[in-house]
Amino acid sequence: MYPSEFDYERAETVDHALELLSGDPEAKIISGGHSLIPMMKSGLANPGTLVDIGEIDELTGIEWDDDTVSVGALTTYATIADDDELWDELPVLAEAAHEVGDIQVRNRGTIGGNVAHGDPASDLPAAVLAADATVVVQGPDGERRIDVDDFFLGMYATELGEDEILTGLEFPRSENATTTGAYVKKPSPSSGYALVGVAVSLEVDDGRIESARVAANGIMDHGVRLEPVEDGLVGESLDDVSFEDVAAVADEDLEEFMMMDDIQASAEFRAQLLKVYTEEALNDAVDRLDASLPTA
Amino acid sequence: MTEHDIEITVNGTDHEMTVDSRTLLVHALRDQLGYTGPNVGCESSMCGACTIHLDGEAVKSCTVLAVQADGSDVTTVGDFADRDSLHPIQESFSEEHGLQCGYCTPGMIMTTSELLERNPDPNEEEIREALEGNLCRCTGYQNIVKAVESAAEKMRTTATAEGDD
Repeated sequence: MYPSEFDYERAETVDHALELLSGDPEAKIISGGHSLIPMMKSGLANPGTLVDIGEIDELTGIEWDDDTVSVGALTTYATIADDDELWDELPVLAEAAHEVGDIQVRNRGTIGGNVAHGDPASDLPAAVLAADATVVVQGPDGERRIDVDDFFLGMYATELGEDEILTGLEFPRSENATTTGAYVKKPSPSSGYALVGVAVSLEVDDGRIESARVAANGIMDHGVRLEPVEDGLVGESLDDVSFEDVAAVADEDLEEFMMMDDIQASAEFRAQLLKVYTEEALNDAVDRLDASLPTA
Repeated sequence: MTEHDIEITVNGTDHEMTVDSRTLLVHALRDQLGYTGPNVGCESSMCGACTIHLDGEAVKSCTVLAVQADGSDVTTVGDFADRDSLHPIQESFSEEHGLQCGYCTPGMIMTTSELLERNPDPNEEEIREALEGNLCRCTGYQNIVKAVESAAEKMRTTATAEGDD
């Protein structure tokens, strides 16, 4: 299974890559290639030129400062899934990266490629939505910072322009409250992609939910926030809140006729899965919080 | 189509070669250089028969362009067989009947070797998780798990013995 013919250029720097992209609407960025190469083999993508940014070292790695953690676009799933600090502070991202594919895929695929690709059934869209990411892109006019809530537009469609490159993601660090989170999914038995995946990120202070971001992929044509669930969580005490009741409204804002509905799972089944997996993700997030508290 | 002159090191030997943009690494290794260790199975990054180590990490060589590997260090299962005796992982796959037709075995061995480097004493769940990207249609996996457990034990024993020297 060979991809169709194309030209290949290896970019030395981000500016070099931007130069190669400019004026060539048939050009596509590649790094790990684990979304793009399979699509090229099956004929779903036919770029005229591949611009390989995989060797631009400045786009790799995880950096912490006082209020932000920055993850370079070329950071692999494996690096994210193996990072103890991320498991500690941003577990929703680490767990979603761990759930992607298998170890060979995680060794090669990158967070930037995943987010730029905008696959509705992938695991990271929900996680970066729940983690309140800022998507950092470079274009001919310089840097643009996009709120993740404005980034995913539809199936394989994002806010990233054709002449722009996603260079990294930034996640806010919590100042006072304790952050916890989780990502759980019902994988397709054949492909492992998410029939439904739910990501949860909670800030908890003194047993009370200060803020909540809950998002899902697999259910709609792009990753979506589940705001009715968030509304049911904020301000509640962990001792009193019923996650089953909160999760029961997970599909309330989602139009059923727009839900993913295919040979693998009907829209009705996915809507049911969404509630079950929302409850499970909330339980996992709170279990993780309990596990990290010092025992008396 | 563009052609590219690339340099890759395979199992310690340096190679210079010319590849098309669209040549997949597995085909460059097998058809142009004669390293037939990695097998072509599904060609869609599902089955893992083409697993190699690229700069020390297990990857599926059907989903890497040869030109992307320019300047890289590749290890195939052939690097295990170049020695006088079998590697403990190969020995254990043989002893525990971790294969029948053998088509998946090169990939299984490459993934196992990365697992045991990272985690010398994996439990059954960790072994099954590490091998989730390698499909076998013969064994039902039970004996593959046993083979990995046995190989891990042998390699730990060897490492301990070397540590005592």
